[in-house]
Amino acid sequence: MSQTITEKILAAHAGKETVHPGELLSARIDLALANDITAPIAIELFEQSETSSVFDPEKIALVPDHFVPNKDVNSAKQVQVMRGFAKKYGIKHFFELGEMGIEHVLLPEQGLVLPGEVVIGADSHTCTYGALGAFATGVGSTDIAAAMIAGEVWFKVPESIKLSYEGALQKWVTGKDLILYTIGDIGVDGATYKAMEFVGPVIEALPMSDRMTMANMAIEAGAKNGIISPDQVTLDYVSSRAKRSFTAYKSDPDAHYQEERAFDVSKMEPQVAFPHLPENTRPVSEVGTVPIDQAVIGSCTNGRIEDLRLAAQVLKGHRVHKNMRLIIIPATPTIYRQAMDEGLFETFLDAKGIVSPPTCGPCLGGFMGILGPKERAISTTNRNFLGRMGHSTSEVYLANPAVAAASAVLGRIGSPEEL
Amino acid sequence: MKIEGTVWKFGDNIDTDVIIPAPYLVTTDSQELGKHCMEPVDPEFSEKIQAGDIIVAGKNFGCGSSREHAPMAIKGAGISCVVAESFARIFFRNSFNMGLPIFEAPGVSDGIDPGDRLSVDQDTGEIIDHTNDKRFSANPIPPFMQGLIEAGGLMAYMLKKRQG
Repeated sequence: MSQTITEKILAAHAGKETVHPGELLSARIDLALANDITAPIAIELFEQSETSSVFDPEKIALVPDHFVPNKDVNSAKQVQVMRGFAKKYGIKHFFELGEMGIEHVLLPEQGLVLPGEVVIGADSHTCTYGALGAFATGVGSTDIAAAMIAGEVWFKVPESIKLSYEGALQKWVTGKDLILYTIGDIGVDGATYKAMEFVGPVIEALPMSDRMTMANMAIEAGAKNGIISPDQVTLDYVSSRAKRSFTAYKSDPDAHYQEERAFDVSKMEPQVAFPHLPENTRPVSEVGTVPIDQAVIGSCTNGRIEDLRLAAQVLKGHRVHKNMRLIIIPATPTIYRQAMDEGLFETFLDAKGIVSPPTCGPCLGGFMGILGPKERAISTTNRNFLGRMGHSTSEVYLANPAVAAASAVLGRIGSPEEL
Repeated sequence: MKIEGTVWKFGDNIDTDVIIPAPYLVTTDSQELGKHCMEPVDPEFSEKIQAGDIIVAGKNFGCGSSREHAPMAIKGAGISCVVAESFARIFFRNSFNMGLPIFEAPGVSDGIDPGDRLSVDQDTGEIIDHTNDKRFSANPIPPFMQGLIEAGGLMAYMLKKRQG
């Protein structure tokens, strides 16, 4: 029977030949992930269960990335809980500051998530790993606690939506713009409970970094997972990193999709999502005059080395507008070092931007760049909900790193073409 | 089992950052989280509500983050249940796992007003607005899920079952 890549991965992890959308199954998991916000609840529940060991100390990842370096006493206590748990149960993949990066950039970089795997994370952007051809989805802390005990979790097999992209990408148009455009088209609940499968020549030509940006934001359309079938680009990325064997699945040509949409990207411009929903997208040329106070370039969506290179390309030889603050957050220590070695820091500092250590920080209004009343930010992050980056009257506009960098120079939202 | 309470109304796409803003996610105490529930849209929400009150909202309630603190904050504030046109996926699962009853019922967003007296029957899924005498229909909550809610969440339910 013909199946999608999502169905094939779930079938393989449930010991079945085939599965159907709507079917309930229990799947073996290859990795369970939690961070410094969600792990403490999972650990509390795990300890309540009086279980003496975790199902596999090598298949749990604990990444304290949201409020680290710790922003206050309570956030320090939460990491202490994680540290203590990691030590007590011999959790191999606990990342201390210095090795810690933003979870969804760090784990693929370290080869800890691979094609064909089932990964659950107590973080909604766990769906990022679908870019590698894995089934990856966000769950709550209770599910992580149960998974740490049993090594499996129940799922309803999702319906799949096929989203195909054709045409030639314009300059400055990136994976971020493709996914923002898509969310603008289908809406923030347009894929609720479903698998978003990205296909077509445009996707095949995208580097891994852009693919990860796209899968990362599948949750912003309500999806259970986003996924891209592995190809040579994927294999080139994982082959030097993988520490265990993996299986690359592909959707069958006649697999069933609940819905199919095709996008001609030829005329697509960089996209900007207006407050307070990621679906409020406009082409950058139709933004109008929106003065801004801060630009943030980073996060699990756009904190990779390719994103920083793009920002540096735009910023080179320019200075950030006098009314503006520019914060750049390399997502992992490896990216941080790479950016430093490539001279990107010089460009950022010359432009009067500042470089933060790896952290989720301002993306969720944690720290390291909180907005005051009525302030506006342009950000390469994933959510522009009410009060997301600070005060409830502040505003967040989502864009790609080139648009964010150009806007930092202009002091208002604008295109790199205007520089 | 029936739930009765006074209605607090919210719109579409109420996200988890509105339900409980991230700066408060430095505790696992639901009472503490409850003090900041809905703060960005209604800073006095937790002080205004009475224990047992009900949230009624539009579509895609609970979209955004996977933070289980969201249903914890709603429960901690004293809300008895949430009735909405639809729920986001992770929030739906987290709510039952944390023992917060939620009901998906078409028409509630337009048909129910703030301050109305509402009753929700978990066994039948029938929702009655006693103020304007309107009725709505949600999926009933099956007995084992009600057991989960009574125990206070999935883990407490499993432990109770194990102890027999």
